Amino acid sequence: MEENKTYTISIYTENNIGLLNRISAIFQRRHINIECINTSVSEIENISKWTIVVQLTEERMKKIIGQIEKQVEVIKAFYHKEEEIIYQESCLFKIKSELLFEERQIQNIIKDSNANIVTVNKEFFVLERSGRAEEITLLYRELKPFGIMQFTRSSRIAVTKDEMKIRKMLDAISN
Amino acid sequence: MKENFTLEKSNKAVPTEKISGSQAIIKCLIAEGVKTLYGYPGGAIMPVYDELHQYQDKIHHVLARHEQGAIHAAQGFARISGNVGVAIATSGPGATNLITGIADAQIDSTPLVCITGQVHSHLLGSDAFQETDIVGISTPVTKWNHQITKAEDIPKVLAKAFFIAKSGRPGPVLIDITKDAQFQEFEFSYQKCIEIRSYKPVPDIDANKVKEAADLINAAKKPMIVWGQGVILSEAEDIFKAVVEKTNIPAAWTILGASALPTSHPLNVGMVGMHGNYGPNVLTNECDVLIAIGMRFDDRVTGSLDTYAKQAKVIHFEIDPAEIDKNVKADVAVLGDAKATLTQLLPLLNTNNHSAWHQLFKDHYKIEYEKVIKNDLEPVKEGLSMGEVLKEINIQSKGNAAIVSDVGQHQMIACRYADFNITKSNITSGGLGTMGFALPAAIGAKMAAPERDVVAIIGDGGYQMTIQELGTVFQQKIPLKIVVLNNEFLGMVRQWQQLFFDKRYASTEMTNPDFVAIAKGYYIDAQKVTKREELSDAVKEMMTTDGPYFLEVCVEKEDNVFPMIPSGASVSDIRLE
Repeated sequence: MEENKTYTISIYTENNIGLLNRISAIFQRRHINIECINTSVSEIENISKWTIVVQLTEERMKKIIGQIEKQVEVIKAFYHKEEEIIYQESCLFKIKSELLFEERQIQNIIKDSNANIVTVNKEFFVLERSGRAEEITLLYRELKPFGIMQFTRSSRIAVTKDEMKIRKMLDAISN
Repeated sequence: MKENFTLEKSNKAVPTEKISGSQAIIKCLIAEGVKTLYGYPGGAIMPVYDELHQYQDKIHHVLARHEQGAIHAAQGFARISGNVGVAIATSGPGATNLITGIADAQIDSTPLVCITGQVHSHLLGSDAFQETDIVGISTPVTKWNHQITKAEDIPKVLAKAFFIAKSGRPGPVLIDITKDAQFQEFEFSYQKCIEIRSYKPVPDIDANKVKEAADLINAAKKPMIVWGQGVILSEAEDIFKAVVEKTNIPAAWTILGASALPTSHPLNVGMVGMHGNYGPNVLTNECDVLIAIGMRFDDRVTGSLDTYAKQAKVIHFEIDPAEIDKNVKADVAVLGDAKATLTQLLPLLNTNNHSAWHQLFKDHYKIEYEKVIKNDLEPVKEGLSMGEVLKEINIQSKGNAAIVSDVGQHQMIACRYADFNITKSNITSGGLGTMGFALPAAIGAKMAAPERDVVAIIGDGGYQMTIQELGTVFQQKIPLKIVVLNNEFLGMVRQWQQLFFDKRYASTEMTNPDFVAIAKGYYIDAQKVTKREELSDAVKEMMTTDGPYFLEVCVEKEDNVFPMIPSGASVSDIRLE
């Protein structure tokens, strides 16, 4: 049997109430877990872009793309393999401020990992890092022994290396 | 902001007038050609009913006895006419009672527009009286749905609703309208929707694919066609018949495809699927090219996919790209509306006769006739068979009746044995298998085609799920013929219990009421048949009575429907007994 792989789905849609329910139902009825999901504005005004990450066989992935595209308010849907996209996630760490001064190691970790300090006050500081999933996981592992007050990470956002094959369609819409 | 859809352009300056949202709803329906509505009033939809009262001469509202009855009637209306069926209900329970019919219409591609009332917009989300999130609830079973909270949105949203319901692969649309939007006044004008930028209902036809399909068909030695409802939905019956006749390819149908080609047509080789005919099922696994037209390879058609038509090249003519390779891999996928693709295909096809191949279908028919059909149609045992009732209806209707069946054994018998001379004549709940469908669906069918004989064939189980719609038949004086085949069992479930659960008849035996008395209670002429010698006269009386008629036929209690492909088995392993 074909193995599950990580796929990133890009969907261009109208920006309408209820569409999230409609899209998520497609995964739910097939008992597929959505690893993460992001919706945002796209390069075209009034068109939303969705980025969804799932683990599936390619065969199932294709069928689901068909079901997504079939929705009236979906303009186009694509799935991408990991090597076909540039993607980023971002994360925030809230850490006690005293550690920043007492634990030299933390300063090194911050420097080496290209993380940014968003804010510092007497009690805590907030660290931000964008990167690939494994980079964020690594940073988390490095900081964990020192104690993390809060941690959160965002969904994946991605662009494709090749041109999206709906450029013309989108241009027609934006004109 | 730019609109994301296009309305029909009108040359004239569009006259506008200030009217209420509810009046606008009625005007939109009239503009879409709606003359009949099926529904049930209630608090949140009362402004619309108030307007319906004013427009009685333009729109006929049929009061059902339950919202499920209303929507099934709208489905029957749509299935026999090809037009959009319209159902209307109030918020909360009124709306949720529509869900079964909406799900049924979704899986059987039936064009519907459902309008539900909703609580005032300022109450949304507050658990107000009779508030349900019907847009949320109906999302997975609608082609599209939308909630309106401002009257000014009514014309464009309803225009979109009708366009979406009917275009491409049809389906149900639900529009939920808050009560305040029904009261609000606004400047009304209406244009039909002709395009939505994110929606491509009919894919472009790739001429190369049509050519590839034609080449495969022309080279085939043992080709077989399986057609589905797509032929009916695209009104492709004539061109389809021309394709079949030019190529002489044996053609079999799915349950929803029935009647697109007359039953008596020499190239019509019967039904595929779980209780379909022996030949087309077995020979699916012997054909060299399988030509699927407007069908979706439902599991009840294919049995086990691992052993389905593996030897064959599969050509799939289909309007919905999501159906391609969903269940069965297509070697050639021809996307497009069936009528359009078949029209392009026809001139590329060679004439052929395939006589040896036809002989195989005839041989299989002989086997099935001896083992199954003879016993069904000419039983020698004392108890009546369901098949002989169908045979009698065929004789009396001359094969011109529309048959509306419910779900279960009688449904399979009806589909197997009814003669269909006219297209859109087999109205049944195929995909969802909704018991209780037939009586209300037959009401809608008869109203849409008053000139035709409409016969509802129902089991004693399903009949009692929507029996209250006899009230609708009576009130509307619908000259419908209702046949209940009573075996005092939930027959199909009992059959499975017998075959696969060691005859443990758990909760399938029914103690039934006096059905004739119930029908007569609704002032419907009725009789009950228990003996073979009474059958012919009874059916004749039913068919020649002017008004509605109820006929109960007591049939053998434990007859089974064969052939049968056991669930999950291969089409080759179809059982004849």
